[in-house]
Amino acid sequence: MTDILLRTGNLSFAYPERAGLFRRPSLREVVKRVDLAVPRGSVLGLVGESGSGKTTFGRLLVRLLQPTSGGIQFDGVEIGRLGEAEMRPLRARIQMIFQDPQSSLNPRLRLGVTLTRPLQVYGRLKGRRDRRDRAAALLDLVGLPAGFVDRYPHELSGGQRQRAGIARALALQPDFIVADEIVSGLDVSTQAHILLLLKDLQKRLGLTMVFISHDLSVIRVLCNDVAILQHGEVVETGPVARIFASPQHPYAHELLAAIPLPDVEPGWLDDTTAIAIPHQQGSAA
Amino acid sequence: MTAVLTVHDLRVAIGHRGDQTNVLRGASLEVGAGEVRGLVGESGAGKSMLGRAVLGLLPANAVIAAGIMQFEGRDLVAMPEPERRSLLGRRIALIPQDPMTSLNPVKRVGAQIANLLRHHLALSKRDALERAAELLAEVAIREPRRVLELYPHEISGGMRQRVLIAMAFACDPSLVIADEPTTALDVTVQRQVLQLVERLRQRHGAAILFVTHDLGVVAKICRTVTVLHAGRVLEEGETADVLARPRHPYTRALLAATPRADRPAETLRPVPPALIENLWSEAHRLDRQLAMAAL
Repeated sequence: MTDILLRTGNLSFAYPERAGLFRRPSLREVVKRVDLAVPRGSVLGLVGESGSGKTTFGRLLVRLLQPTSGGIQFDGVEIGRLGEAEMRPLRARIQMIFQDPQSSLNPRLRLGVTLTRPLQVYGRLKGRRDRRDRAAALLDLVGLPAGFVDRYPHELSGGQRQRAGIARALALQPDFIVADEIVSGLDVSTQAHILLLLKDLQKRLGLTMVFISHDLSVIRVLCNDVAILQHGEVVETGPVARIFASPQHPYAHELLAAIPLPDVEPGWLDDTTAIAIPHQQGSAA
Repeated sequence: MTAVLTVHDLRVAIGHRGDQTNVLRGASLEVGAGEVRGLVGESGAGKSMLGRAVLGLLPANAVIAAGIMQFEGRDLVAMPEPERRSLLGRRIALIPQDPMTSLNPVKRVGAQIANLLRHHLALSKRDALERAAELLAEVAIREPRRVLELYPHEISGGMRQRVLIAMAFACDPSLVIADEPTTALDVTVQRQVLQLVERLRQRHGAAILFVTHDLGVVAKICRTVTVLHAGRVLEEGETADVLARPRHPYTRALLAATPRADRPAETLRPVPPALIENLWSEAHRLDRQLAMAAL
């Protein structure tokens, strides 16, 4: 049997919607009964379009949100209902890399401080000298020069900032990482470097990851398995090679067909079956 | 083929006197009648700046240092402001990147389209609204008459983008500048939007300068492509040729660094940093030469 590090069972999350003048308060379900398992040392790609619930799902996994129902098992422990104090030792093992390093790195702190803040919070720093050394080691891990300890985030390029975001997530030597759209704002020439860095780190450190993206091409580079999310439900899941070769669910098929590959393909624009359905917002429809 | 747009050796600098940065360093391109030309590049390439220069919508601190821009044989650089303005929206139109900020939030969709038609085509209010409904139907919006009554916040992002496409083609322009019009959209919506742009282009017979960072989008909608880096054109040609047999190392590197859903991970090759550094140092050498020549 494969060793599962993280498993969700019937995981659901609903946001309360405010009552209107003529509307009762209600719940808007954004993650619906999701069952997924991530084997230790593997990467699960979670793909979906805007409103699919993929970011909410990621936030549930790192327990920035509490599930409405269902559970999350991490290394055999049910964490779905744990309080903040009980979560604390686990938080060191479960880390998140955010989409926008511009806003997730404190602009007033030098990188050396930002990268070692998690170590400080968990009491794992032994003085100033240690802080500098640990920060330099983290920078080295993500391919940034040690001199960057004294830099501020605004002095870095987008790719370098994302490397710093990865370094911070690795500070506590976690075994599980959730990465949410971490390459979507980057240029192609930077993106491939970040993807391959993450792939290399994942292998070298034996990390288990959930990699969230709207971009199936990016998922293919990094992930062993992929789960396709639509309106909060997993419509198809399986090994990447299989899903990309023969998607079964109509939505999976549509998603793959919509990717513009960099090959000239006459007829790609002629298929007008897709045009007819306007996408309207719920309230205005 | 006669060129609708000719840009030759265009140089644009941004910033204040004494502290200027070149954003276009002698860029040239041509768009023929009815042609869809991709203008592809990464951030900082100057691709949006080139589009804005053609539209006459450069930021206030930008200056055209040198170069030629001709639209249907008329000199855009020397053209008096009122004449330029009368072209904008009528003969040269824009599909903007951000459908959220490009519509007036306090005016109904119908009024915004009708104003455009009344201004440029001198239609009566009633005829303008009639025509607006037809235009919305053309971009496959169901119940166009009802949508005319809505405010921008009442419709989805994909639908707002359709409204902007309808507005771009409303006065039968001969050139449309599409500035990353699908970058913020989901892939399934992106495909629909690209299909619509192509359908309207055929129907209205416009040429398109399609600004994008995505070689995949170029492959699907552009017949020709210009590759821009640091304000310089590195390569241009028929899209099929450039993608199948890229001549410039930068184009080759970009293609190799683009993740592909149809290929396993091992085929991905990041762009060598030395290649980018060399391109930038070439660009800066060019800047120094031009600065010397100007003395």
